[in-house]
Amino acid sequence: MIELVALIPIALLGGILGLDVVSFPQAMISRPLVASTLAGALIGQSASGLLLGAALELIALETLPFGASRYPEWGSASVVGGAIFASHPSHPAGAMTLATLSALATTWIGGWTMVKLRERNAVWAGHRRDALEAGARGSVVSLQLMGMTADFLRGAALTVLAYALLAPLAAACISLWSVDARVSRCFVVGLAASVAGGAAWKLFHSTTGARWFFVGGLGLGLFMLFLR
Amino acid sequence: MTAAALLTRQAPELPTRTRIAMFVRLLAIQGSWNYETLLGNGIGFCIEPALRLLPGGIHTPAFHAALARESRYFNAHPYLASVAVGALARAELDGESPERIERFRTALCGPLGSVGDRLVWAGWLPFCSLASLALFGLGARTLSVVGFFLVAYNVGHFALRIWGLNTGWTHGLRVASALGNPVLRRGPQQIGRLAALATGIAIPLALGRIIGPGRNLIGILLVAVAIGALVIVRLHGRVEGWRLSLVLLTAFALFSVIR
Repeated sequence: MIELVALIPIALLGGILGLDVVSFPQAMISRPLVASTLAGALIGQSASGLLLGAALELIALETLPFGASRYPEWGSASVVGGAIFASHPSHPAGAMTLATLSALATTWIGGWTMVKLRERNAVWAGHRRDALEAGARGSVVSLQLMGMTADFLRGAALTVLAYALLAPLAAACISLWSVDARVSRCFVVGLAASVAGGAAWKLFHSTTGARWFFVGGLGLGLFMLFLR
Repeated sequence: MTAAALLTRQAPELPTRTRIAMFVRLLAIQGSWNYETLLGNGIGFCIEPALRLLPGGIHTPAFHAALARESRYFNAHPYLASVAVGALARAELDGESPERIERFRTALCGPLGSVGDRLVWAGWLPFCSLASLALFGLGARTLSVVGFFLVAYNVGHFALRIWGLNTGWTHGLRVASALGNPVLRRGPQQIGRLAALATGIAIPLALGRIIGPGRNLIGILLVAVAIGALVIVRLHGRVEGWRLSLVLLTAFALFSVIR
């Protein structure tokens, strides 16, 4: 059973990282590589957090925050995934699969909550339309602060609810997991790397000479892998 | 003396305190992002410290008119919006006509959005991410991987915001010429090539480290990844890879738990 007190740091981290995705300061502490590691560090297992963060980062390469497009919210989701994976430090069979699944489910809901928040921001701006048209300083500043506060609360609430719901579910599923640990992990990583490969093609296929740089890098990467 | 140097010389001094306040606010420029005015309120929020320098301060019709004007619809890449903030602050303090400022705002939206997207979202961010994953795959410690990513990414991030604010302020309404900067014009191509190189290095190394000891499956896995990536490329525009992953992982989890 998850203790309520233990949820507070996770909620705060989720709120801060959810805020970083768009509102403040967009320093990319919300990227899975960082966010999942920080969540792992909260549990006392930063290396486990990094391991999951690397897998999630491969998937997140596909969903970059272009303009007004709708994209999944990785900050809070990576906290949920990282905390779940780090809670099973021996990395039993299914732990990485279920942590990744939890993060992906949360990132999906997180993207939806961001859209709702943006709609709410428009409503709040509408309520202040006359004041904004009159150039009222207080209205401009308060609208900005209100949006950021709501975004922080959105991230914190999403993280705590997702973690409270998904962590016990993941623990229960791990106890019933029947597929071999290495095969399970290969399935997750294979999927993540496939998504990353597809994302790289989308991003760089129109860049002159990029395919040769990729082939050269792949040769170098494989060479270093087999040297290790 | 070059035209650029002449412009720099003519730019009035922006007090350090105002400059810092504008920079800090730039970090929160998307705080009230919405589907109607997009970045609009954020632009007004960031320019407001500079508008306090208008003759008479914050209780004048000129201040209110300028703030209202600057808080209307605006769209740009959040980092490169700093160019607009600097240029618009300069234009307001120079007493440019409202019509000219409105035309300038409209003209600036497109270029600042597309250049920023290509340079940052499609270039710098994936490059830093993939370079960090390569470092991770090479066995670097947790702090080194995370530290490298945050420092590398944010050196570019903060430099771009600071450059944008200074350039916008220096050039005012003539800032379009500054957008021809070689970093903005050729940067996306060069960073794209480096990111492609980093992708090739990072994917096999990261796979190797995540799978861990007993990597006899790695050959089969690399072939599977190549096929998987091809499928995702073929499905481009119809289904996103992360959604596909969600469905496949759910099916795999159900299979493993129920059987």
